[in-house]
Order: sequence, then structure tokens, then C-alpha cells
Amino acid sequence: MNIENNGFYGDFGGAFIPEMLYHNVNELKENYLKIIESESFKKEFSNLLKDYVGRPTPLYFAKRLSEKYNTNVFLKREDLNHTGAHKINNTVGQILVAKKMNKKRIIAETGAGQHGVATATVCALMGLECIVYMGEVDIKRQAPNVARMKMLGAEVRPAISGSKTLKDATNEAIRDWIANPVDTYYLIGSVVGPHPYPDMVARFQSIISEEMKLQLQEKTGRDYPDRIIACIGGGSNAAGAFYHYLENEKVELIAVEADGLGIATGETAATTQVGSEGIIHGSKTLLMQNEEGQITEPYSISAGLDYPGVGPLHAHLFKSGRGIFLGATDQEALDAAYELTKLEGIIPALESAHALAALHKIDFKADENVVVNLSGRGDKDMETYIRRLQ
Amino acid sequence: MTRIKNTFQTKTNILNIYVTAGFPKLNDTVEIVQELARNGVDMIEIGMPFSDPLADGPTIQNSSEIAIKNGITLDLIFNQIVEIRKTVAIPIILMGYYNQVLQYGAKSFFEKAKRVGVDGFIIPDLPLDIYQKNYKSLLKDLELDMIFLITPQTIDERIRLLDEESSGFLYLVSSYAITGSKSNLQQNQVDYFKRIKSLSFKNPKLIGFGISNKESFTTACNYAEGAIIGSAFIKAIKDSNNLKESISNFVKGIKE
Repeated sequence: MNIENNGFYGDFGGAFIPEMLYHNVNELKENYLKIIESESFKKEFSNLLKDYVGRPTPLYFAKRLSEKYNTNVFLKREDLNHTGAHKINNTVGQILVAKKMNKKRIIAETGAGQHGVATATVCALMGLECIVYMGEVDIKRQAPNVARMKMLGAEVRPAISGSKTLKDATNEAIRDWIANPVDTYYLIGSVVGPHPYPDMVARFQSIISEEMKLQLQEKTGRDYPDRIIACIGGGSNAAGAFYHYLENEKVELIAVEADGLGIATGETAATTQVGSEGIIHGSKTLLMQNEEGQITEPYSISAGLDYPGVGPLHAHLFKSGRGIFLGATDQEALDAAYELTKLEGIIPALESAHALAALHKIDFKADENVVVNLSGRGDKDMETYIRRLQ
Repeated sequence: MTRIKNTFQTKTNILNIYVTAGFPKLNDTVEIVQELARNGVDMIEIGMPFSDPLADGPTIQNSSEIAIKNGITLDLIFNQIVEIRKTVAIPIILMGYYNQVLQYGAKSFFEKAKRVGVDGFIIPDLPLDIYQKNYKSLLKDLELDMIFLITPQTIDERIRLLDEESSGFLYLVSSYAITGSKSNLQQNQVDYFKRIKSLSFKNPKLIGFGISNKESFTTACNYAEGAIIGSAFIKAIKDSNNLKESISNFVKGIKE
């Protein structure tokens, strides 16, 4: 998917930022393609993905899940990455960009803590100072990830404004960047924010579908599947899983949002279903807001999907009809997590469980090939899972 | 001649005070602006409270949260300005974020603002190219001013562009920091003001961010036509049990 020079996917994207951010964002915009398309960067990035992250991740044919749904289900095992999710693909890429731009201080936002951990990890690897902004509420509910970040040497700063969650952590990180424009690099965790972030993060995550093509060729004799299913909050794992198939109309791209307690209840994070066009965190996209344009609070059991917007690429896929958007409630995601665990011996992250829950909602043909992007593992969600066991 | 232009032609050391609409109480804004005008403030910036104000510091964000909880809306702000205009003649500038304008309907927003007596706008996250393409000619027709910001990071070429596109005045962000974060001006800020002073401008300039007291106001006036005070004023009225007195003391503390 090509974006226009000013960073728009159709009607969505762009850089709606105050002048205080113009220099920083423009500096990145002028440099990111030059850096990531250089041979030295490509070599360093692919070496780290291989030896440090553990790529390629397997494309696993899930036999018992396939029997259950009477089709061929493959799982792209992003849960087997170092730090337990796809997030590290992006942080490895961006930390190399930051180094090439001679930045000394790394800031990031995090919700559940997965991106924070992935950022703290690459900062430890590169010996760079790391500050992670995290909502005060999230700090309390994600204590293990806070501890991991601290052990990795990051400073975790609580965001105490607004709802004290991911949206506010993002605001605080942006303010930090405004206050420290010279030496600081803002390492965004999803395909959101002002151009060039959505494009850059999608490129780093595109390794997922790049590997998928080779693995499908080998396993099915064809380098594309009939459908790809991925969960979507901001949408970075979905962007990576869809990336190399965006132009291939034979592949159905299915994004699964968190319905929370159900769309009708209002306690939801299903942005495309309850949202409308507007601007959030510097990007024109779909977001949850009231008639005054105030951004409203999303809800999902999964902290990683609990974001009131989607990246501009996904807003474009939704509006153009190229992507199909489904939803899964908290309960459906929990059921899907237990189902995968029982049938395949894999405990998925709650986020990925939303993608798995969509398997119930699609009429498959027996001979089709479906890839579910298993974006992360469930270690961080054990408390939620255990509560349900009791 | 517009009110803003007239103000810069007839006055010096211009004091522009920022007030969050609907704060501290929903209906305080009319009285606050009337008192500011009565005490000799030259210009008013009315903040339209937004849930995610990226360019503002914690003080103004906090006041915005309170105002939103109080039930402030754009239509209420317009009604308040109608009341204000019955007695107040100094320029009124609306400051807010582009998403609010978009959801209201940009054309209706600007036309309504004109009707109630607004003179100009500061919309920090409205990109220059989108302004040029969609709103520049509309605002010109309505004789409304759009005020752009420049910062210590803005290179000379872009400063010239922003000056060319601004009308009314240029907003000089005094430092790297967001609003309300420093109590006094630092040497590197003064160096930046000197650099700015050496350039020639189409527009007059007001310095904002970090202006909080007589000392910083006086310094700012050495390098620009005046200054904007926001967070310090919000703090002064936040817990006031006598708005009249708090406002009078605050303005006297700056101007006298």
C-alpha cells in the first residue's frame, strides 16, 4: 500500500501536529526511508531479527483447530518472539533508526506494558536511556510488566492526567518529546500517530507477511492464503500480517476489534463500529468521540486493544471495503483462548484470542487456507485466565 | 480595520490573558473576561477545552478536564462570547484543537465565531497546508485572523512562511517546553528572542509559554509587542473565592 508524500492512505493519515513537534517529526520524515532502505540498516535489522528476536517465527498448521472448523487453519507464531509478542519487530527497527539519527534518549508509551517491555529491551541491548510513560491505572493492573521494564533499566513514569490509561500515556510521551526535541527519540508502539510513524511501523511489522509468503509457498504450494485474521487495537500486528497482501484481492483481510461487553453497551473498543472520522494523536482516522469532538474512553478486557482509535491504514481498509472488520466480546475472546489452549496446547495473549474468536463467525470452505496471526503469548494474562478458572 | 490590528497599532506592551472556557465554574467565563478587560488587559484568548490537548501543559489540561466535566460545549462558549461582547471591546481569540472544529463543521464554526464577535483563532494542530487549501480564503472573506506558532526549533525559512500565512500576530513559543512549565525565562530563550528580533516580520509578535510574572512579562516585551499568560492565570483563579479580587490583583501584579 503506497502512501502519498504527505502521509495519507486515501482520506486518512497526515501529520496534525502542533508547531512544537514539527521539527522532530519532519526530521524523522526526511530521514526514515533513507535509513531503513540502506544496505547497512537492512543487514543489521535482519541479523537482529534472526539471532536476537528468534525469527522467522513458525507458520504452524493447527491440526485439531482445523478439524474443529473444517478448514485449514495456520497460526503465525508471533507469540514465540523474544519478549512474547510481535511488538519487538518494531522496537528493533526503530531503535536502529534512533541510533542512526544519533538520539541518546528513548521515550515510549505503553498500555498493557508489552510495547514498554519491548522498548526497554532494545534500549538495554543498545545501552540507551529509556523512559516509558504508562497510565497510573495501567501501572497498577500490569505490575509484572512494570517490574520487567524496571529490571531492564527503564524508568516508568506514571501518566496521571485524564483517564490515566494508554491515551494519556501517549499524550505525556508527546509532551516529553516537545520538551526534549534535540536528543530524544519517540518510539511509538503501533501504526498510529503522525506520518511517518504509521508507515514506518507497518514496514517493520511487514516481516510477518513477508515470512508468511515463503512459508505458505512451502506448505501449500501457493504463496498466499484465502484469509488472514488479525486482532486490531491501533493495528500494528494486523498491518504486518496484511502488508504484503494489501494489493492481492484474492486474500480476504479480516481485522477483529474488541467489542468489550458488546457494542450496544457502550463499553467497547470497536472503533470502526462506534467511531467516526476525526483526529487523534496527530493522525486523521476513525476514533471514538462524542459530538463535541472529545475523545471518549474505550473498554476492553484486553489492555492491548483498549485504544480509542485505529491506525490510518486500517481506517482506509475499512472505508474502502478492502478489509473486513469483525468484533469479539470479552467473553468470546476468553472462550477462544481456552479453546486454543485445550486443542493445541498454546496459551494465547488476550489480544490474539480476539482474532481466534472470529473463527466462530466465518463460514469456511473445507479446502481453504486461513492464517490467524497469533500476535502474542498469554503469560501476561494469566491472572485474568486464572480468575476465570476459579 | 480588525480589532487585533487596531490593538497593535494603538497599544504597546500588550498583555494577552488566556482563560479556559467553563472554568472554574461553567458560567464564570463571562465575568472573568469582563473583569480582565476592566483591569486593562489588552486581549483575551479563550480556550475551548479539549480532552487531549497535546500542546498544553498540565495546568491547562487540568482546567480543561474540569470545564468538560462542568458541561462546557462550543455552543455554550459562543453564547458566553455573545454576553461578553455586550460590554467588552478588546480582541477575543479562540484557542482549541482541530478535531473540535471538524466535528462542529469547520465552515459553521468559523461563521458562528464571526457572528458572535470572535476576532481570530489559534489551532495548534491545524497543518499549514490544510489551512491554505481549505480555510484561508474563507477566513479572509470573514475578516478573521489565523495565528500560527513559531518555536526555537523553527528554521528561518519556515518562520518566514508562517509569518506570511499568519494574520493578526505571530505566536512565539518561548521555549521547548509546553505551557506552564517554567517560572522564569532562561538564557537560551533570550538568545532565541534575539534571533527572532533580528529578522523582519510582516506581523507583530506575542511571546507565550513560560510568561508568569512581571519580570518575565517585561523581558518578553523587550523582544516582542507583548506576551500571553495562560497557566499562571489559571492557577490564580483556580481556587479563588473572590474572582474579582483575584483577577484585579493578578493583572496589577503584571502591569503595574
